[in-house]
Amino acid sequence: MLTVLLAIGVLVILSLIFGGILGYANVRFHVEGDPIVDQIDALLPQTQCGQCGHPGCKPYAQAIADGEAINHCPPGGQATIQALADLLDVEAIPLDGDHGTETAKRVAVIREDECIGCTKCIQACPVDAILGAAKQMHTVIADECTGCDLCVEPCPVDCIDMIDVGVTTKTWSWDKPQGISATSLNIIATDRQTEGTHS
Amino acid sequence: MNTAQVFSFHGGIHPEENKTQSLQLPLGRPSLPSELILPLGQHIGQSSRPVVNQGDKVLKGDVIATSNGFLSSYLHAPTSGAITAIEERPIAHPSGLSDLCIVLHPDGEDRWTELKPLNNWQSIDKAEILAYLSNMGIVGMGGAGFPTQVKLQGAQKSTLSHFIINAAECEPYITADDTLMREKTHELISGIEVFQHLIQADKVIIGIEDNKPTAITAINAVIAERNSNIQVAVVPTKYPSGGEKQLIQLLTGQEVPSGKHPADMGILCQNVGTCVAVHDAIYLGKPLISRITTLTGEALTSPQNVEVLLGTPIEHLLAYADVQHSRLNRLILGGPMMGYTLDSAAVPIVKTTNCILAASKKEFPAPAPEQACIRCGMCEQACPASLLPQQLLWFSKSQEHEKAEHYNLFDCIECGACSYVCPSSIPLVQYYRHTKSSIRDAREANVKSDLAKQRFEARKARQEAEAAEKEAKRLARQKATTAKSAEPKKAAPVADSIAPTSKTAAPASPAVDDTKKLKVDVAIGKSKLKKLQKQLLDAQENEHLEDISALQLQVTDQENLVAELEKQLAAVLESAPSVAKVPVDDAAKKAKIDAAIAKAAVKKVEKALKKAEEMQAPEVDAIRQQLKDAQQRADELEQALSSSGSVTPKATSPATPASAAELDLAGQVKKEKIAVALANAQINKLTKRLANAPEEAEAIQAEIDAAKQRLQTAQALLNTLVQSQNSTQENR
Ligand code: SF4
Ligand code: SF4
Ligand code: SF4
Ligand code: SF4
Repeated sequence: MLTVLLAIGVLVILSLIFGGILGYANVRFHVEGDPIVDQIDALLPQTQCGQCGHPGCKPYAQAIADGEAINHCPPGGQATIQALADLLDVEAIPLDGDHGTETAKRVAVIREDECIGCTKCIQACPVDAILGAAKQMHTVIADECTGCDLCVEPCPVDCIDMIDVGVTTKTWSWDKPQGISATSLNIIATDRQTEGTHS
Repeated sequence: MNTAQVFSFHGGIHPEENKTQSLQLPLGRPSLPSELILPLGQHIGQSSRPVVNQGDKVLKGDVIATSNGFLSSYLHAPTSGAITAIEERPIAHPSGLSDLCIVLHPDGEDRWTELKPLNNWQSIDKAEILAYLSNMGIVGMGGAGFPTQVKLQGAQKSTLSHFIINAAECEPYITADDTLMREKTHELISGIEVFQHLIQADKVIIGIEDNKPTAITAINAVIAERNSNIQVAVVPTKYPSGGEKQLIQLLTGQEVPSGKHPADMGILCQNVGTCVAVHDAIYLGKPLISRITTLTGEALTSPQNVEVLLGTPIEHLLAYADVQHSRLNRLILGGPMMGYTLDSAAVPIVKTTNCILAASKKEFPAPAPEQACIRCGMCEQACPASLLPQQLLWFSKSQEHEKAEHYNLFDCIECGACSYVCPSSIPLVQYYRHTKSSIRDAREANVKSDLAKQRFEARKARQEAEAAEKEAKRLARQKATTAKSAEPKKAAPVADSIAPTSKTAAPASPAVDDTKKLKVDVAIGKSKLKKLQKQLLDAQENEHLEDISALQLQVTDQENLVAELEKQLAAVLESAPSVAKVPVDDAAKKAKIDAAIAKAAVKKVEKALKKAEEMQAPEVDAIRQQLKDAQQRADELEQALSSSGSVTPKATSPATPASAAELDLAGQVKKEKIAVALANAQINKLTKRLANAPEEAEAIQAEIDAAKQRLQTAQALLNTLVQSQNSTQENR
């Protein structure tokens, strides 16, 4: 009887000690903010175009954390969906066409002699990639432009074009090899026969 | 003669050398081609910036493009002639893409510009020599074309233990450096001395493979002749002993750790070609405009090494070496291990082109199809960088970039040894190249998206701050106005009725606001309409029948809306005070002034008449006539004024209550109110005095009565005024 009581007493004391430690750790190592939202946000392309229906990437990250579908971001495309699916451990679904389609990377270019200096595009640009002042010619800082399209519509004289960023010798990259192709199955003679039967 | 100790490195392969073919003939010097094509990006880093224009005439050795940043280089005219174009031309690049090139049409004279050798190089500042080398367009001629002055700057920061001259030339077929060492031994040693002067390394070692006995003998002879302390290390022939890190390991026994550069370990490597180029620049004043290149392969009848001007099209060289087009199957730039296939023979020779391999089909059969990795481990045995190629392949295929990096993918020198030995013919290097570029792209995209995020957030913060500031200002203003309107309340007990007056005076600005808002609405409506029309057009083009009718409806709606808004805007604009009020006011003012002047004239004439009558002057009649005329004019003006006065309120109402007449009225009301207040106060005072001084009672009582009388009349006047004001307000 005494041993039973002793055992219970020891266990109670232990549980109190560990409970105390855990409680302390919870306070001491408290994590500010919602780390999952930041993780999601880090995967989004930060184009800030609003095509997902949210005013920027962070709000969409919040929405995803709250359960919205992960396929609403056209600039990110399938690669982003895949990354999000990996992070959240859900299935990678195809891009939702309602929000737009994945396009090649583009930058805005202002036809400068047509610009009337209305500053409308500056106000529209989410990343301050346009330089100009009232009644002065405006120009896009190509390196900062995310290609979000938002400046095109507000321009009253339609002098902004979205130009595809083509491949140059500096940005070109090697293709992935074809991989093990069907023809490479001909290691031994019998392979060729099975090949022949189903083609 | 000084022979250095030689160590060894892991892995490596022994492919067929095939070097003798191109060593049969002496160094060739092809004729001038019909045009020279000089790409602006012949080196690692930013492309050079052209300083010539189309049509310019240049002499051999003139600068045609300058350095365009820290990591960049100069470019010089390889011969005299005219610049015919600066345009995109296909360049030697695995992608087969085009890039900006300066095209030079030689005039055949090959006339040098004035050459200024740096004869006093031993006595001047080292930084000056570096700048001079940069101006001479010297870049590393062994591999990637790293601007030499930048590499030297890096090396000068620390004390160097070894200066290694890379003469290994390990890749099969290539004999350009071999030829160079045979032909220009003295220049090579002089160039090495210049380098040694610049960096002061403890040991200077030339690393050379044992398959170049002629070159070794020649170098040893010159070293002995000059009594130089340069060491020659003869290394066994093994591919890729010419890799920078591999050669360092061979000559020093030290391994360059992953992620480190040789400079971090106090070691500098230079290619023999670069040393000769430095010699030519310092001693002869000649910029880098030519190089030695190997022309080889079974498709060439006379394979050989040639000293060729930069920019020479490869076709020209193939013709020079008597190419047999029927045998030419693949044109490779560089060696068989690290080179790449060219799509076009029109591409030019650049500073780093060491070999053109015109291969026949027999020489380079099509690669066998890729098969599955059997995990034989042969690639691991061959890898000179001690990597695990089969693991890297696995991660590359499954795009596990992080893991690939963890397995030091970026230490892979793309030597191709693993692909060479792989029994499954897996193009391993291409997998690695692809994965490396994907990782780089992803990193770049990450940097860019981080930047975009930062800018986006900064902008949001700024906008919020602006909005907060505006709000604060608005609050402050609101406070100020309430304080102001509270003040008169305290001052005059009758202030209640001031409120309507100030109200009547104010509404001009709301009207302006209205117009602004309407204008904005119209603009928004129009842009919406535009968008809808575009959609409609799209739908019509793409024959989306269901959408068309719906869109059509929306477009009509929007059109109506815009029309309505525009009408409203027009109405508001017409009645806007800022437009209508001013001229009327002005007219009224002018009329008043005119009337006043006329009245004054009448008075004057009257005076004159009186005087004349008194003096019984003969002009009396004339003056009388004048008076009559003046009177008439004054009357006319008065009439005009009163009519314009009655026009004023009409013109400004209904939209604007703030007409001149009304303001007048309001002013009178105010004045009467003040009069009433004054009378009241007086009565109060008098009543007090009455109480204090009973002896004067009668007189004071009389005064009070008079004051009361005044108060009554003022009150009556005020009442009528307020009434009329109300009625005008109601009329509106
Ligand atoms: S669609 Fe994508 S890129 Fe555009 S704002 Fe939304 S999350 Fe950002
Ligand atoms: S410049 Fe135009 S397209 Fe580029 S980020 Fe700004 S708004 Fe978007
Ligand atoms: S290509 Fe890369 S992985 Fe293959 S052997 Fe060379 S260094 Fe090693
Ligand atoms: S050599 Fe080829 S087959 Fe062998 S382990 Fe390496 S990749 Fe696999």
